[in-house]
Amino acid sequence: MQQVFSIPKCMKKDFRYTFCPGCDHGVAVRLVAELIDEMNLQEKAICSTCVGCSVFLYNFLDIDCVEAPHGRACASATGVKRAQPDKFVFTYQGDGDFASIGLAESMHAALRGEKFSAICINNTTYGMTGGQMGPTSLMGQKTTTSPNGRNADYYGYPIKIAEHIAQCDGTAYSARVALDTIPHINQAKKALQKAFEVQQQGLGFGFVEILSSCPTNWKMSPEEAHQRVREEMIPVFPLGVFKDVTAEGGNK
Amino acid sequence: MNNKEKVLIKGNYAIAQAAVNAGLQCYFGYPITPQTEIGEYLSGVMPDLGRAYVCAESELAAINMVLGAVSTGVRAMTTSSSCAVALMQEALSYACGDELPVVLVNVMRAGPGLGYIYPAQGDYNQSVYGGGNGDYKIIVLAPSTVQECIDYTYRAFYLAQKYRNPVILLADGLLGQMMEPACFGENPYPEVDVSSWALTGAKNRDGRAIYSVGPDEKKQIQHIYNLFEKFEVIKKNETSFEEFETEDADIILTAFGSMTRNIKASMKVLRKKGIKVGCFRPITLSPFPHDRISELANKGKDFIVVEMNMGQMYKDIKYAVEGKTKVDLINRPCGEWLSVEEIVSSVEKIVTERGLAYATSV
Repeated sequence: MQQVFSIPKCMKKDFRYTFCPGCDHGVAVRLVAELIDEMNLQEKAICSTCVGCSVFLYNFLDIDCVEAPHGRACASATGVKRAQPDKFVFTYQGDGDFASIGLAESMHAALRGEKFSAICINNTTYGMTGGQMGPTSLMGQKTTTSPNGRNADYYGYPIKIAEHIAQCDGTAYSARVALDTIPHINQAKKALQKAFEVQQQGLGFGFVEILSSCPTNWKMSPEEAHQRVREEMIPVFPLGVFKDVTAEGGNK
Repeated sequence: MNNKEKVLIKGNYAIAQAAVNAGLQCYFGYPITPQTEIGEYLSGVMPDLGRAYVCAESELAAINMVLGAVSTGVRAMTTSSSCAVALMQEALSYACGDELPVVLVNVMRAGPGLGYIYPAQGDYNQSVYGGGNGDYKIIVLAPSTVQECIDYTYRAFYLAQKYRNPVILLADGLLGQMMEPACFGENPYPEVDVSSWALTGAKNRDGRAIYSVGPDEKKQIQHIYNLFEKFEVIKKNETSFEEFETEDADIILTAFGSMTRNIKASMKVLRKKGIKVGCFRPITLSPFPHDRISELANKGKDFIVVEMNMGQMYKDIKYAVEGKTKVDLINRPCGEWLSVEEIVSSVEKIVTERGLAYATSV
């Protein structure tokens, strides 16, 4: 019998995900792992991990990882890449880590055109601490710290990360993808591959924002959570490529 | 720069060039007076050497860039001053927990808060006891001359990698801005083998993870015990100090960093006046030379601590002396360094108040 599906080679054999059931993190990590295998990066990969739901990433991937304090993954990755320009360096962060506490580090890494890849999981909430309002929480969204729903007067607006990163001159690639359907998962993998390739080619900062479900904190079934991604998130955070210096015509 | 030649050089430039000599591969920094010359100097030198120089967006970013760089086994540092070093405390706690060989130079200015650019020694507590969370210890070296800025920079990089522990070189605005003749010599320390832990990609080995915490409580508890055991080894091997004429002394003037210069000069004046004064100066503020101070106290020697803060090292001297002899403080919070004249007259006043117990001819 032919084996058609297996654990990627660069994933550990004895790990258990610490993600909640139905969470999209598992899919995102698997896509990263598949690409590390396919692009033959395991031996040269160094990941700067973040604080949040993906804090234990080093327990899942059999690659070199260094822990960065909350929000500092892009600074830490800058240090790693500047010290080891020939290695493949990436961050794997949540929206709170990348776009709230670490926004300065993230954006300045993009502005400097740091040649590493950054992945940001956007699930519109602080997942690990139990669903508080985050930088990407949608208007009207009820969280444990916006119990009556996010409104502009009181809480201000969510950040559109991929668009902001695309505005930075040092960015080589910036895209937003989702994981709610098989076609979207396939698109996500292509975007991640592109973000990895621009690093390999030394073109600049590669960035992918991944819209992800958080069934636990949204208090939804996995199916309902994916429906929310489609019906509520994508209209606010449109999918697409916001910058690709390798595309025909240059900066688009 | 010719290594054997004596050059007239500013403390800040001396630190920068010594770091280059010590094999600094990456510098990350953000400007702040009175240490900005270090970054300026390195911005000229590093690109020509094919080494990395990054103008970080903040001190917070700078120290975290150092964390990333040193995790791969290279030598990296950031330099800053007091209020901006305060911003780095979180990362220093991580660096201890992660056992990362971070080198941080703090050219102290006056605080609290923004304070001002006057020289001061108010970061003794911040350096020795730290402002980060959890139980951790940093190695702290305090130079007193431009020559020592060079020598201790070499030592800082060596100790950081040897023990996988952050090292702070604690200078001050006076030292950073003064020019003195100094010689770079050769970096006297051997290379440190980092191959057993450095992150260089999982080639022919399993992936490595550098992190400070895990959900395994027993492992976490053991980790902290291990860190403290390691620091005991550091204390045993690396505690260093200097003392002058303590043998027959009744009173020992004690200072750290550039105040050492003034207590040495004061000692000479006081000896001429017939007061038997010696000098003691910790080189490593952490690990602190408690044992030697305790020995001197056992011999009945009183201490006078002279420092440019409200008595931060004074507390450690008192702790080491354990009430066996008297410990006094001569201090000013910041600004103009306590002069030899001021120190001499303050010591004479203390001696007089003590009823001339140990004055032979006053």
